[in-house]
Amino acid sequence: MTSDTQKSRFDAVPDKEGRFGVYGGRFVAETLMSALAELETLYRKLSADPDFQRELDADLGHYVGRPSPLYEARRWSEQLGGARIFLKREDLNHTGAHKVNNCIGQALLAKYMGKQRIIAETGAGQHGVATATIAARLGLECQVYMGEEDVRRQALNVYRMKLLGAQVIPVTSGSRTLKDAMNEAMRDWVTHVDDTFYIIGTVAGPHPYPMLVRDFQCVIGREARAQSLAQTGALPDALVACVGGGSNAIGLFHPFLADESVAMYGVEAGGHGVSSNQHAAPLSAGSPGVLHGNRTYLMQDADGQIMHTHSVSAGLDYPGVGPEHAWLKDIGRVDYVVATDDEALEAFHRLTRLEGILPALESAHALAYAAKLAVAMQPQQVIVVNLSGRGDKDIHTVAQIDGIEF
Amino acid sequence: MSRIAGRFRQLAAQGRKALIPYVVAGDPALDGTAPLMHALVDAGADIIELGVPFSDPMSEGPVIQLAHERALANGTSLRDVLAIVSDFRRRDTATPVLLMGYANPVERMGYARFADAASHAGIDALLSVDIPPEEVAAVHAELQRVGMDNIFLVAPTTPEARVAKIAAQASGFVYYVSLKGVTGAGHLDSAAVSQRVAIIRRYSELPVAVGFGIRDAAAAAAVAVAADGVVVGSALVDAMAQTIENGGDHAAATAAAAALLADIRRGIDRQAPVDIPRQGY
Repeated sequence: MTSDTQKSRFDAVPDKEGRFGVYGGRFVAETLMSALAELETLYRKLSADPDFQRELDADLGHYVGRPSPLYEARRWSEQLGGARIFLKREDLNHTGAHKVNNCIGQALLAKYMGKQRIIAETGAGQHGVATATIAARLGLECQVYMGEEDVRRQALNVYRMKLLGAQVIPVTSGSRTLKDAMNEAMRDWVTHVDDTFYIIGTVAGPHPYPMLVRDFQCVIGREARAQSLAQTGALPDALVACVGGGSNAIGLFHPFLADESVAMYGVEAGGHGVSSNQHAAPLSAGSPGVLHGNRTYLMQDADGQIMHTHSVSAGLDYPGVGPEHAWLKDIGRVDYVVATDDEALEAFHRLTRLEGILPALESAHALAYAAKLAVAMQPQQVIVVNLSGRGDKDIHTVAQIDGIEF
Repeated sequence: MSRIAGRFRQLAAQGRKALIPYVVAGDPALDGTAPLMHALVDAGADIIELGVPFSDPMSEGPVIQLAHERALANGTSLRDVLAIVSDFRRRDTATPVLLMGYANPVERMGYARFADAASHAGIDALLSVDIPPEEVAAVHAELQRVGMDNIFLVAPTTPEARVAKIAAQASGFVYYVSLKGVTGAGHLDSAAVSQRVAIIRRYSELPVAVGFGIRDAAAAAAVAVAADGVVVGSALVDAMAQTIENGGDHAAATAAAAALLADIRRGIDRQAPVDIPRQGY
């Protein structure tokens, strides 16, 4: 079921210039080029170092609480009347989302590099919380850039970061969301490049970030693959994950890429619908360009300006996507689809009521598409959905939509 | 010889340093940029660096970020920037004009189409902040085809071996970024700049211009001791923004930028006689 040629094809990216086909690369100002080269050299050395891997694994086990369960959502599956749906429970990780897998890894890199200060960008706040958490544990100074609009939408996570000792800096430029937070984090990094480690939260940015974030997130797919075999006796028929920058999706997909029988669906934020221009679905409705250090699919206008995006979920509200996803789209290995705000909200309520699990609104996009997919499949078939985060942070947003004020 | 090379040669013969103002095309007004460029030339500009507005200007400090936002609010596209330079060229065919911007608008237009249109408009060079030498091959080939210069940045963090690599691809001049930070930052160290400029000269015969964080005549004069040119951006953009904020019109903003540039010109020219010789590094 696994083709070795296929496997080597997927292991061969990125190449030494950081390219996934024509995507990826390192499009940054000269000031950062040496820091990126230094990070790449260190990462390549440490990723082959058993001591580093042991330290990482110990943290993932004892601090994050891995492995996360693969849970069969029986009531929900039965109600849909199609395939069996299993949830990869990244929401049960410490800090409540998959983001911490990557933060633990990058914080270890920062420690080996002797950096005393950590910065991060955040959208929904999950990556900011995970970064602030690790910084607290390691005693590092931490500043998190967050769009002013997201600070408002995700007040709970803002307070969590403050409790953890991080400073949250609201970003007031541009559209005041995740992309602008990333611009501001880059500006900070370029100014404090000697003593600061920038923990990018997704599989985007300049090389080597898309590679190393992927590698740190692949623990999701490695576990899910082994758990599927143990719990169902076979590989799943389909994988479904939401895609903003795309780190939870690549983490689930990558260890299965060479398994030709496994279909994969990356679900982008359809907002008010892809024909409305009010969405965040660059793979489904965008075109290739260069932003935030890499070439990838973007939401841009005819003049190459980056467009404002819309999604009910702050974590998907981003006009770009990781370059590996751009490549996987072009070669046809993964299908990229959308779920709208309304579909995601419906899935949020459905899972909460039927399984007692509050999903993050980001993950609810994956659930919404999985529900459609399941109905068209056979009862003996298996879908694994990445439940990338828990929905506690979104209760305020959902309540507001339901007309409830606290 | 390119217009930029010619201008530096002419200045060197006069024992003068190049003054390179940076403004964002379309800020404060789309139809005001060509007149602003003429005013800057009249105030002592040797080369004009024209910023191409972009929605995500990652290397810019707050002053120039706001200028990009204003220019975009005025509807300024890359095609408009080319039209502005065409307009400027009707009265001035001598002053070199270089575009400074980000990869995506050029990428979106297409490298070949951009090169044709830019050279046709009378643009002499491109400085793409986020296209380092590792990513430049495709655009470099197109610029070369139409005889445009390709300006590269060298940073305080650039190792010496990399300076050599950059110098090998650069044409026109080498742009030394005088500090670790964004445009308009405030921690310029002119002694450190002199040392770094000396290193660049070991690897390149090209003139070296210095920019980022040079905000007044004194700073410009200090940097001009070691460099062949000085880029001034945020200070000019801020002077215009302040004028408009205080109720001035576009003509008043242009006059404010021109007055500041003239002051910086005098600062640099006073410095010129004590220029240190180029040999001996």
